[in-house]
Amino acid sequence: MSETNKSEYLVEVNHLKEYFPIRTGWGKTTMLKAVDDVSFAIKPGETLGLVGESGCGKTTVGRTLLHLYKPTDGEIRFNGELVTSKNVHKFRKDMQMVFQDPYSSLDPRMTVEDIIGEPLDVHKLYSTKAERHQKVLDLMSLVGLNAEHATRYIHEFSGGQRQRIGIARALAVNPKFIVCDEPVSALDVSIQAQVINMFEELREKLGVAYLFIAHDLLIVHHISDRIAVMYLGHMVEMAEADELNDNPIHPYTLSLLSAVPVPDPEKARANKRIILEGDVPSPLNMPSGCPFRTRCRFATEQCAKERPALTDRGNGHMVACWNK
Amino acid sequence: MVLEQKLENGVEPILKVVDLHTSFSTDKGEVQAVNGLSFNLTPGKTLGIVGESGSGKSVTSYSIMRILEGNGKITGGHVYFNGEDITQYSEKQMAEFRGREISMIFQDPMTSLNPVYTVGNQICEAILLNTKANKEEAKKEAIEMLELVGINDAEKRFKQYPHELSGGMRQRVMIAMALVAKPKILIADEPTTALDVTIQAQILELMMELQKKLNMAIIIVTHDLGVIAQMADEVVVMYGGRICERGTADDIFYRPCHEYTKGLLRSIPNVDNMNEKLIPIEGTPINLLDLPKGCAFCARCTKTMKICMEEVPPELRMPADGHLASCWLNVKEGNYVLDEEVSD
Amino acid sequence: MSELTENMPKKNPLSLQIDPKRFEPASEDEKAQQDVMHASTSFFRDGMRKLMKNPLAVASIITIVVIILMILIVPKVVPYGYDEIIRVNGSRDKTVTNLAPFQYSEKEQAAIAAGETIFPHIMGTDSLGRDYFVRVVEGAKVSLSVGLFASILVLIIGVIYGSISGYKGGRVDLIMMRIVDIIYSLPDVLIIILLSVVLNQTLDPNNPIVKALGTNMVAIFVVFGLLYWVSMARLVRGEILQIKNNEYILAAQAMGGKSGHIIRTHIIPNCISVIIITTALQIPSAIFTESFLSFMGMGVQAPMPSLGSLANSARQGLQSYPWQLIFPAVLIVLIVLAFNLLGDGLRDAFDPKLRR
Repeated sequence: MSETNKSEYLVEVNHLKEYFPIRTGWGKTTMLKAVDDVSFAIKPGETLGLVGESGCGKTTVGRTLLHLYKPTDGEIRFNGELVTSKNVHKFRKDMQMVFQDPYSSLDPRMTVEDIIGEPLDVHKLYSTKAERHQKVLDLMSLVGLNAEHATRYIHEFSGGQRQRIGIARALAVNPKFIVCDEPVSALDVSIQAQVINMFEELREKLGVAYLFIAHDLLIVHHISDRIAVMYLGHMVEMAEADELNDNPIHPYTLSLLSAVPVPDPEKARANKRIILEGDVPSPLNMPSGCPFRTRCRFATEQCAKERPALTDRGNGHMVACWNK
Repeated sequence: MVLEQKLENGVEPILKVVDLHTSFSTDKGEVQAVNGLSFNLTPGKTLGIVGESGSGKSVTSYSIMRILEGNGKITGGHVYFNGEDITQYSEKQMAEFRGREISMIFQDPMTSLNPVYTVGNQICEAILLNTKANKEEAKKEAIEMLELVGINDAEKRFKQYPHELSGGMRQRVMIAMALVAKPKILIADEPTTALDVTIQAQILELMMELQKKLNMAIIIVTHDLGVIAQMADEVVVMYGGRICERGTADDIFYRPCHEYTKGLLRSIPNVDNMNEKLIPIEGTPINLLDLPKGCAFCARCTKTMKICMEEVPPELRMPADGHLASCWLNVKEGNYVLDEEVSD
Repeated sequence: MSELTENMPKKNPLSLQIDPKRFEPASEDEKAQQDVMHASTSFFRDGMRKLMKNPLAVASIITIVVIILMILIVPKVVPYGYDEIIRVNGSRDKTVTNLAPFQYSEKEQAAIAAGETIFPHIMGTDSLGRDYFVRVVEGAKVSLSVGLFASILVLIIGVIYGSISGYKGGRVDLIMMRIVDIIYSLPDVLIIILLSVVLNQTLDPNNPIVKALGTNMVAIFVVFGLLYWVSMARLVRGEILQIKNNEYILAAQAMGGKSGHIIRTHIIPNCISVIIITTALQIPSAIFTESFLSFMGMGVQAPMPSLGSLANSARQGLQSYPWQLIFPAVLIVLIVLAFNLLGDGLRDAFDPKLRR
């Protein structure tokens, strides 16, 4: 908890592990290793993108980071201070979350005002009803919502507007850090840009840091300063956004990038895709060594024996691969 | 006509949709989900229908297959398959037609497969239903189909249940089932939306490969412009149940002539605009319950004119490449040609 | 649009005499008018609107209201008590028994001839010479109140039990649900019979509650309290498990909300409609059970009537006085049907699972 630590990173995650016990038979349980030894750090005002396919553990990282799941192992530091289940309430105001599904993440029986005001209620951030009302209206205008809509119920709003409400709720307690869990993937294409722009504007205005979880590489690339790629609960590559896009090193990142459908017919025709064979293995039945080796073109015997660690390949470009 | 010449080299379209109207009766009133849609499909080519939720793109494909939910019905227009109007078919004729001439695959392969039967069982059933094969032949055929869609260990997979397969594998099975009778057209309604990027790439690749092998036409319905760019020869852009623009993929992506298409292309992140701000389309998606009198996009357009709100724009041919767009701006700027002039 | 497209090759759209003024840019206000938002409707108001559109539900509400009004007004208007044997001018009238609807006995006819006004027996009289209309209305009151109170009992126990089980989850849930399974497998009629025998022996007959209701009724309430809450408990538990899965619960946790806050602000409001619907459907089933038990002779204590016991005593004179069976039977059907249809209507209007 040194002072130097404090100044450099806002959020630090070291060797985070999250295992879920799964009943596999009579009295037998197997550990599902949703997140296995993941480390990263985020500076104040920085955006770290976290990409990966479904089941790779990216959502679990976000939720464990906020202690919505109790971490199995590893440490989480906020402003250099260790976050534990006992003191997590102290940090609830500083770390917030925006959810993927703007339908299930907002209570259908509450008005917009009550939804945005809920965190104010929980932390008792107002003294009079009028003050609460004013704070809610300020938040609504901050995310571009019409103040007249404060008394409405969420079923009357479109997906994009609902996501704005969800963001206003997260901003109500003035957080320094927001976990955005696939915040635009449920939205229409024409609305995604609105929400992404808003995230960027809020970052400029309020200086919040984001952990931006998504599966759409183009969107993550657009919003993130750095990007981390996850596969089967492990982090396989982490680099500056442009660096990762231009010089991907890990074979999985390569194929992930080439699989992204580019909205440009000529480029799509020219694109030589690296089509990955087969499916992601079940996390209950993880391959030995490197988790990606069953689908990797470069896999060798060493990959089966030992798991590669993340190593720095220069300029903070971290890769976990034996062969590249 | 120019567009057809450009695309078909004189080949008759296999599917012709003319002025299709489909509406749903709900407790809040009549909803016009598809409103005067027309397009042609060339044999062996891929047509992409692109639009957001509520644009009527899925309803279009359901209307072609005539599998609308109970409260929906086709209220006008025609769908010609090889010159025959299938909207006039009886329910019985339609049942024979579906699966043999046109097949369809859906977004969620889990809910479209029956969980209590094995994969093989379901493919065999489709074969027995649509061909004259007996049970022995059906089984052989089913295994061949599984191999055709790139499933390894076809014999083993044949005996498995849907829940034992991954999402990508299930979508392959769905494709195998749809193709048992070697239909001339495959309609794919958001076939990869539920899948991961690397699996999506596999499935799209498979569809293109099968298209070449079986020489079928594909209609792919999606909201993802990336998928469209990769798959489609011709593109139909829809908004609010109406057609905005139709033409070849290059026409739409490089020379869009409808404000909605332009806005859409500006708003998606591209490799080239990574460090610039995105330019979103402002406003909220249209509510089909209160469609405007004029252009469906008029409330969100940056260049709305008075006429846009009063009258539906006509579909006009663009001089640059001959694709069709429905936007009043083109009328204002004289940016259109009449078919007579072109054919001269 | 179709016409235009078809006509296009022949006609120049600009020659359609389009006013160039219409191609002027539209103002922001004009555009805003295109983007209307519908008037605000709360969940409750939207549900009520749907309910009022359902003719069966509206008919049920009217039926129930009419029956309740009858229960309230009839005892005030009709000059006979439900346990009062009719006297004419203060003297016993032997001919007043088993009269048909709107019939007068000989003595009454004589009294009317003498210029007196005698209130008509709308449904006739019973074998003891009591006004049957008043008895049927009183029976409806007893049946309805039993149904209502039993349902409230079921509601309270079921909701508390189900919420604990659903919210705690895990091992607590497992054990509590196995108890529910055991209770489910007990035969209810048998238990009522056994209980009424046991309670007859053990209950203090001078206890005011027992005196007013009779041991059978106490047994019925005890049985409802012991056995009938299980389906409510299961339902509430299932509902809460589902609500707990919603991300807004996670969001409330992420903002630091404690259990009490989450239950109060999110879980209860979201399962209240399901609880109301189930209660509305529980009322007819309780009325039905009460009527059935009274018909079997295990219900209310004489002279208190209930629709079931009225039907039971009417059985003896079924051949000669069929209306004595028909009136209470029809009323049971009306009440049970009305509540069932109302419950169905409420479900169609308010159940979140059926809404889109």
